[in-house]
Amino acid sequence: MTGWEIFLTAAIKTVAAFAFLLTLTIILVWFERKTVADLQNRIGPNRAGPWGLLQTVADGAKLLFKESVTPRKVEFGLYIAAPVAALVPALLIFLVVPIGRPFHIGDRLIDLSGTDLNIGLLYILALSSLAVYAVVLAGWSSGSKYPLLGAVRASAQMISYEAAMGLALVPLILFTGTTSLKQIVEIQGGSFGDTFLPAWNVVLIPSFLIFFIAGIAETNRAPFDLVEAESEIVGGYHTEYSGFRFAMFFLAEYINIFNIAAITVTLFLGGWHGPTFGLGAPFDWVLPIFWFLAKSMALVFVFVWVRATLPRMRYDQLMSFGWKRLIPVSLLWIALSTLAIGVRRMGLPWT
Amino acid sequence: MNLILATGFLVSRCEGSRVTLADYLPIGMMLVFGIGFATVIMWLSWRIAPNNPTPEKLAPYECGIVPLQEPVQRFPVKFYIVAMLFVIFDVELVFLFAWAVRFESFGWAGIGAMGIFVILLLETLVYVWKRGALDWNVARRGRNRRIVVDSLEDAA
Repeated sequence: MTGWEIFLTAAIKTVAAFAFLLTLTIILVWFERKTVADLQNRIGPNRAGPWGLLQTVADGAKLLFKESVTPRKVEFGLYIAAPVAALVPALLIFLVVPIGRPFHIGDRLIDLSGTDLNIGLLYILALSSLAVYAVVLAGWSSGSKYPLLGAVRASAQMISYEAAMGLALVPLILFTGTTSLKQIVEIQGGSFGDTFLPAWNVVLIPSFLIFFIAGIAETNRAPFDLVEAESEIVGGYHTEYSGFRFAMFFLAEYINIFNIAAITVTLFLGGWHGPTFGLGAPFDWVLPIFWFLAKSMALVFVFVWVRATLPRMRYDQLMSFGWKRLIPVSLLWIALSTLAIGVRRMGLPWT
Repeated sequence: MNLILATGFLVSRCEGSRVTLADYLPIGMMLVFGIGFATVIMWLSWRIAPNNPTPEKLAPYECGIVPLQEPVQRFPVKFYIVAMLFVIFDVELVFLFAWAVRFESFGWAGIGAMGIFVILLLETLVYVWKRGALDWNVARRGRNRRIVVDSLEDAA
């Protein structure tokens, strides 16, 4: 490919991913409000648009027209940089997730992901650490009590669960031998032996569970939403944000939820693999996208379901769950899976 | 135009390797795009939204009353301990990832070496656990109770 083609492909992919994420956020917020309403025996948004679908658009427009109060004590530069620092990593993470089967245009093979990095998993972990900066900057630069408390809590929580999250990925890398998300998805095609069971990495059940739980904690969602525990610290790190600055934190949160769901699907639930029923041309790449979205939305539903079901944890419970349960269990699981995979691939050590 | 030339240059330089610098181009673009979107929309919001500051509105949030104290600048040392422990485990992770990708070529010797490494770190975790670095609140609660008991005994 020439420079022009590469540039154009990258530009189209970026714009498409950006538009996709923004549209998705609108649907996700509506989906969450509607689902929580159903779970709590309420009706939920039903006025703006059909079934209240345009409620998020209305809220966004409202926030755009609202005054963005800048309190007296803020460090303005960092204060204004924090929402951007929250939004940008959320947008960037999604780029490495393959959302469908690669397809041909002429003689060129186009991946349906922003890009395919051979360090994909490291990239995801690195950018999810960057999200901590946004929270800390927002909390510290606000010059106010509750944001500061929320930020300190958030940083301790996010780094704790990040350790567990990374440890949960080690068995997966042992199993697949790669950190490229494209290859991880390709490995999950087909089925186990002669059975009809799909060859998804979800056989690494502890990894899957630890990763998903740590993902909920990373995105600061209930029951791990101590960062913005209203009953204790008001709004947490974004207490002093209003107008569209607040909307950007909101946007980042929902994009992150979808990211975690999409990454979990990609790593453990077969990514875009699913039955295509032997259908021809347009369906063999439309259906994979559908399967990917269906699986991701199922996990987003789990996010909402957990939020509606479980009460918020206490802070000491949160930290001891992370350090005394998740991390030892994931270290143990690394040892077990290493031995099992080692014996399977290389035979017993003394033979 | 310069960007496109640069892309072509990168491709020609990295030809042969499987992942080229051009694979990072969408990331750079999204970075520009995200920051651009945020800047434009915050500028737009600043242009069209009303701006009527009052002294009360600009005060730090304190549930509607006038704040009496500055926010605390000192935090329990536990937060710092957690940060240090995290660094230990994150560094461990870096080594584990690097080994996991190629673990078959290291064979059982590699697994043994990594086993020793992980056991040493597990021992660290057990040590800090037993020292109470992972306990929140409990230590202080215990201390307060002892003080109360002591003073009661003194009184008796």
